[in-house]
Amino acid sequence: MTVNRVQVVENILNANDQVAQLNRQALDNAGAFSINLMASPGAGKTSFILKTIQALRTDVKIGVVEGDTAPVTIDADKINAVGMPAVQINTGGECHLDAVMLKAGLQQLPLPEIDLLIVENVGNLICPAAFDLGTHINLLIASIPEGDDKPYKYPNIYRGLDVLVINKTDLLPYIDFRMDYFRQGVEMLNPGLTTFAVSCKTGEGIDAWADWLRGRLAASRQV
Amino acid sequence: MHELAVTESILEIATRHAQQAEAARVTDIYLVIGQLSSIVDDSVQFYWDAMAENTICHGAQLHFKRIQARMLCQDCQGEFELASQLEPCPACGSYRLTVAAGDEFYMESIEVEKI
Ligand SMILES: Nc1nc2c(ncn2[C@@H]2O[C@H](COP(=O)(O)OP(=O)(O)OP(=O)(O)O)[C@@H](O)[C@H]2O)c(=O)[nH]1
Ligand SMILES: [Mg+2]
Ligand SMILES: [Zn+2]
Repeated sequence: MTVNRVQVVENILNANDQVAQLNRQALDNAGAFSINLMASPGAGKTSFILKTIQALRTDVKIGVVEGDTAPVTIDADKINAVGMPAVQINTGGECHLDAVMLKAGLQQLPLPEIDLLIVENVGNLICPAAFDLGTHINLLIASIPEGDDKPYKYPNIYRGLDVLVINKTDLLPYIDFRMDYFRQGVEMLNPGLTTFAVSCKTGEGIDAWADWLRGRLAASRQV
Repeated sequence: MHELAVTESILEIATRHAQQAEAARVTDIYLVIGQLSSIVDDSVQFYWDAMAENTICHGAQLHFKRIQARMLCQDCQGEFELASQLEPCPACGSYRLTVAAGDEFYMESIEVEKI
């Protein structure tokens, strides 16, 4: 019996990252720009996707992947009801989507027809940040009722963001949410982060977001 | 937390490397984990004990090497150790920082027995 040390040096999420790379290629080949949408449960992810569809639907074909820990199709049904293709992925209790799950979801969508793919990740502020899906940008929705201290408590997810959306601004009069304090925390973690304040209830701020997104879609078509 | 998925990956990687080395058994697994990775050692260990049973990794000891987070300041190019999660550059007060160390998350090596 001999004891040997075997050099490994392999990223623990290597398998996930390789599949993420394949997803990115599949999305690029299909010409679909993609967003990994993260947030706490109930922050308004599905509401925001519906508002985005409403704003862009005349000229942008949008596909949606809905991640949920339970085998329900509530969110995907809402997207299908407004005439866009959506698939529901049940993570089987896992707290996040991973690249393999997204790959399975992509296979059920008419990718070549889709201009914009939105992935609604599982409602969670910790785990989704660790798993690359192969999407083009990371977007977080922070909603007013969650409180103004979330950047300080969940720094990791803020560090990796490309866009931040502050939702439920219609509730600002009823909740003690110090916008300055919140934004200061964000600025410490991700200086200059592109941020939109919106209300999916009143529609406030959705136009500015939709304009920005149109710009990103146009830019991604050029490369 | 996603320790279950992480533990599955650890088992997969260790098993694959052990088989390549034609080992009979894995005795030790050395992991390098940065302070900024949100992984709880105890719960990986908890899943590990159950998951490694009846595999080539049964009874293997997990070793966690934690790496202190270090930030690089984009404004003055200074480097410093991060004590809490949210602190500015001690030299110039800037928050424009990038991670220089502390986001590691890999398996460094394994120790195996050969017959
Ligand atoms: N007042 C107000 N309520 C909102 C707003 N946006 C969403 N809501 C409400 O918030 C609740 C949750 O919204 P969803 O869009 O289902 O949130 P979600 O993040 O998709 O939730 P999960 O998928 O379950 O994690 C619903 O009752 C929405 O009507 C908003 O801007 N203002
Ligand atoms: Mg939803
Ligand atoms: Zn500095």
